[in-house]
Amino acid sequence: MKWYGSAGLALALLAGCATSPDADPRDPFEPFNRAVYKFNDVVDEAVARPVATAYRDAVHVQIRDRVRNFFSNIGDVFIGVNNVLQGKFFEGFEDFMRVTFNSTLGIFGIHDVASDMGIEKHNEDFGQTFGRWGAVEGPYLVLPIFGSSTVRDGLGFALDVYTDPLEGVRPINVRNSLAALRLTGTRADLLDASRILEQAALDRYVFQRDAYLQRRRSLVYDGRPPRPRYDDEPVNRESR
Amino acid sequence: MRTITLVAGLLIAPLVLAQAQAPDVLVKNVTTEVVDLISKDKDIRAGDRGKLIQLIEAKVLPHFNFQSMTALAMGASWNKASPEQKRQLTEEFKTLLVRTYASALAAYSEQRFEYRPLRAKPTDTDVTVQVRVIQSGAQPVPIDYSMEKTSGGWKVYDVMVGGVSLVANYRTEFNGTVRNSGIDGLLKNLQSKNRAVTEKK
Repeated sequence: MKWYGSAGLALALLAGCATSPDADPRDPFEPFNRAVYKFNDVVDEAVARPVATAYRDAVHVQIRDRVRNFFSNIGDVFIGVNNVLQGKFFEGFEDFMRVTFNSTLGIFGIHDVASDMGIEKHNEDFGQTFGRWGAVEGPYLVLPIFGSSTVRDGLGFALDVYTDPLEGVRPINVRNSLAALRLTGTRADLLDASRILEQAALDRYVFQRDAYLQRRRSLVYDGRPPRPRYDDEPVNRESR
Repeated sequence: MRTITLVAGLLIAPLVLAQAQAPDVLVKNVTTEVVDLISKDKDIRAGDRGKLIQLIEAKVLPHFNFQSMTALAMGASWNKASPEQKRQLTEEFKTLLVRTYASALAAYSEQRFEYRPLRAKPTDTDVTVQVRVIQSGAQPVPIDYSMEKTSGGWKVYDVMVGGVSLVANYRTEFNGTVRNSGIDGLLKNLQSKNRAVTEKK
């Protein structure tokens, strides 16, 4: 799985010449990105969505919660590392407490007892850490299979995959099965979101891109980004 | 003279108070009521989208200022629209948002809401009401309602879910369409989107 990030990056750089004049400055590779987006859509419709839907329909919600908790617990290890790298030592400490409680009392992480104890889950990754360190996002990128990203987040994602505890699991077929289960669960959790997206957007590509960029900005600032400036806000909104 | 003002003030006061329910109380009451109605309604839970939209129109719509939302989503283009175009744009955007809201509500399955204390001065006319949706094994999802004080009580003019502003998210799209095909082009786009969704049902 490691090659996806770098392959996406290389392709995006190649596609740089395809920029159209009135492109969004945040998305200079739009024609390339749209092509990957279309490809992802085909894969999603043919494989990911049917599998995820079947998973959601066939597997009881309690079991799905446990599967989600199990992978979430594994993920907390590097969420903690990233919090420490960002200088947020208290949050990092909370993450390691989560792993400790959930791996023991929560039986290998299948129960999220830490959340019940009031130790909340965080959302961190290397892309956010780079952002915290001051790295700019760079152009928007659509990665094959994994979707929305930016140059910064793509590099972060490559590192996320590289440090993924699942990567070390052997034999290979066990690792692959676990990775497939995790992907299926993740896609199943997003089934509602993709339905809402379809309803909301005039142009799904643009809507998803803008939502991704807003979301990442919010995450880098831990939910408290500087307020967006509405420079061209109409003076009197009440007037008809 | 002073007595008359006082008497008039006393007479009007209850009316004003009833209208200007505190914004955080309003959000909590409406959320609780709507979630309660949905979980009791067998038709809606079985997927009756028409009935869900009726419920939203009756209970939620009165607390949104769709004209503000449309104006914010359009940015500078709003002032270039004629009054009739403004009316139509607001109407179409409202339809789109209500349906989007309906598909979001249809996905609701007994998540817990946590209401954060409102940080605002009594004199503020623009506040953010913060709610969080709690789920097991996942980070809580924050929902922020941006609300403004109007003569008809507090009204929502933007909703932020997980740091994504709904209104801001339409900006690029709206501006791009207006740049390429004018305000009428945007209106047509919205109309055909709303029609396409109706036919699909």
